[in-house]
Amino acid sequence: MSKEIPLVWLAGSACTGCSISLLNSASPTIKNILIDEIVPGVHINLRFHQTIMAGAGAQVVKVLEDTAREKKGNYVLAVDGAIPTANGAAYGAMGERDGKPVSLEDRFVELARDALAVLAIGTCAAFGGIPAAAPNPTNCQPLSKVLESKGISKPLVNIPGCPPHPDWIVGTIGSILLNGLPTAADLDDNLRPLAFYGKLIHENCPRRAYFDEGKFAQKPGDEGCLYELGCKGPITYADCPIRRWNGGTNWVIGAGAPCNGCTQPEFPDLVAPLYQKLVDIELPTIGAYWAAGKEAK
Amino acid sequence: MGKIVIDPVTRIEGHLKIEAIVEGGVVKEARSTGNLFRGFELILRGRDPRDAQVITQRICGVCPQSHGVAATLCLDSAFGVADKIPDNGRIMRNLIQGAHIAQDHILHFYHLAALDYVDVTDVAKYEGNDSDLNSIKDFIGRGELGPFFPRYEGDYRLPPEVNQQAVAHYVKALEIRRMGHEMVSIFSGKIPHSVGIVPGGVTSTPTVDNILAFLWKLRRLQDFINNVYIPDVLAVAGFYGDYAEIGTGCQNLLSYGSFDLVGSDPDYARRKRLFKQGTVSADLKFNELDLGKITEDVGHSWYRDSSSGRHPADGETSPEPGKEKAYSWTKSPRYNGKVYEVGPLARVAVTYAGGDPTMKGLVESSLAQLKAPASALFSVLGRHLARALSAKFIADSLEKWVLELKPGEPTFVEYEIPEEGRGVGITDAARGALGHWIEIKDKKIANYQCVVPTTWNVSPKDDKGNPGPIEQALIGTKVKDENNPFELVRIVRSFDPCLACSIHVVTPKGRDLAQYRIA
Repeated sequence: MSKEIPLVWLAGSACTGCSISLLNSASPTIKNILIDEIVPGVHINLRFHQTIMAGAGAQVVKVLEDTAREKKGNYVLAVDGAIPTANGAAYGAMGERDGKPVSLEDRFVELARDALAVLAIGTCAAFGGIPAAAPNPTNCQPLSKVLESKGISKPLVNIPGCPPHPDWIVGTIGSILLNGLPTAADLDDNLRPLAFYGKLIHENCPRRAYFDEGKFAQKPGDEGCLYELGCKGPITYADCPIRRWNGGTNWVIGAGAPCNGCTQPEFPDLVAPLYQKLVDIELPTIGAYWAAGKEAK
Repeated sequence: MGKIVIDPVTRIEGHLKIEAIVEGGVVKEARSTGNLFRGFELILRGRDPRDAQVITQRICGVCPQSHGVAATLCLDSAFGVADKIPDNGRIMRNLIQGAHIAQDHILHFYHLAALDYVDVTDVAKYEGNDSDLNSIKDFIGRGELGPFFPRYEGDYRLPPEVNQQAVAHYVKALEIRRMGHEMVSIFSGKIPHSVGIVPGGVTSTPTVDNILAFLWKLRRLQDFINNVYIPDVLAVAGFYGDYAEIGTGCQNLLSYGSFDLVGSDPDYARRKRLFKQGTVSADLKFNELDLGKITEDVGHSWYRDSSSGRHPADGETSPEPGKEKAYSWTKSPRYNGKVYEVGPLARVAVTYAGGDPTMKGLVESSLAQLKAPASALFSVLGRHLARALSAKFIADSLEKWVLELKPGEPTFVEYEIPEEGRGVGITDAARGALGHWIEIKDKKIANYQCVVPTTWNVSPKDDKGNPGPIEQALIGTKVKDENNPFELVRIVRSFDPCLACSIHVVTPKGRDLAQYRIA
């Protein structure tokens, strides 16, 4: 008998890009994730996802509420998007209760309270991201802040990126299924899995040699390091250079564009202007891990 | 008299609520409510203009690429290089946007719309050797039906073998649309939220290997569109023929056109494009586009009333949650004071009415196969058909364009950010007419405006009380079973709404649209 891992996916103040990125998972495919035993003997049961599910309206809200009750303490809650909290959380609602809209904040808090663990999918859920950018018109908060303000203590894993690479999402879920919830040693200070976010873009960048030799591109299409065109690779933790995107087809710097730092808590305000050279940054060198006495991951 | 509330409407992008008042089994009144507000235009103010291209893509992760194109065209015009983009740059933008839209149409039909027509449970009866179908049979056998249940019941009409084949195509379509994203990635780095299209051109350079990689992925995409997607739309139409008369809507269609065929004309409203810029109404007569005719009402939206009914960038507009009479975060854009629908149906009909011979052939042969009159285009099935024809028209054009790339020649032209300036960028996104407007002061964004496809389609009543396009398409619809209102969700989904796009508008201070027109 295959073991069920119930999964509920709630969209907050989001653009659905994280879900579309997950659809791009190459191996396993999204069909494998939704239909097959993702690891032997275990399958994910995606009970709620607004963009995919067949039903609509009250019948699917019931699924959401039933799952929280019937699978209390056993379901994984994935959230893409930040949580709008301004004006009594009036800027986002999903489904009704007693004829009144239920705010996204209330939905999230109710679901998080009884979840086994919470996955913050994408930079908005993890750090606030674009909707929380200045002046943060709807006072969007990352999941961690909302949990903290409500006094809810839950295992939380941040899987940032705008959007995250599908491997980061699938790999994190797969790791939970195979090895259980991540421990503190598996995550960095920003609760990101070190397996995917352990090194700087700059450390693995194929244009790194140009940087070391001081050869910088002056406009798009040029050879050379993109540092002067605003590349945020030197301060951005992610494995894009070696993993590459869309089934390994290409990646940002491969297309001649500077990294904009989208996996970082600083995205977008503190890495903007996005096409301007970083200033006042102490750049790490290759091997910074050893220098800091840390083990290389 | 009963009230049907569907909240959330699923299998669309974003947070949408539909309410319908039903009397004697017929929808008398309908309301569409956009349920999430983010405030993108406020976020954009004060930033480096170039960042608009990155930030506006985040309006929507389903159709980021078209926001990237609209923003970039907008910046090109503000920076004075709208007519100077090298051909390689123009063509690569078309390839990137085209591959993205073609895969988006496939995603919509199979993964967002199909479950309204296809009964997945018939796969339990499958007896063949298709491993995908057998794994789905095992999945059904486990008894937890995940995202596929619950659902509305009582109107699945396809025979078991057609349902089974459709489910196999649902799985195949997941692969094909993923490959469509790989095509985008070849020239634009990654997707969603790609990086290749920037003011001045594109960041990447064409090489023989990426041209060939694109071409051969494209051939698989074309094969799927020609031999699976279009036949499936026609097959569904055969069993749901009444939907050629359901969801007619306002019968006014607006297209901004898309895919620049020449780069030398600075006026986007006039330059030669694959899909034509213009409007048509029930008579399918072509009219030229006039951007000056666009206005936005907020009488029924949660924004302050003070300047409703003026050009979209001309009003002081700030959120007012709880405003009386209001019921949506979406504004009500209108053209010439009238309600207009945008989307694949609009751009296909405008291009057809504008006399494009290829589009004429596509539309006429499809209608002949369906034995349907041209008026059937204004319907649920007409929208699905137009979306499939849009995918084919684009894919067939990509094949020609990719071979026009010239490795070694420039893809980018340099520009300077002006101290002050204005720009406009218009294109047809997957879901229809998309416009971005910018005003620059002190080399920073002073004002940024987006009027996006779903804002047109999902708009609430305007100040005159005219319901929006989706509302009009719902009104008058017979609902067979109020507990399973298939008709309503099929109508709504035929528009492919994208709520993240439609609700992002804050315009504390703006300008007359006409001032942004580039001569």
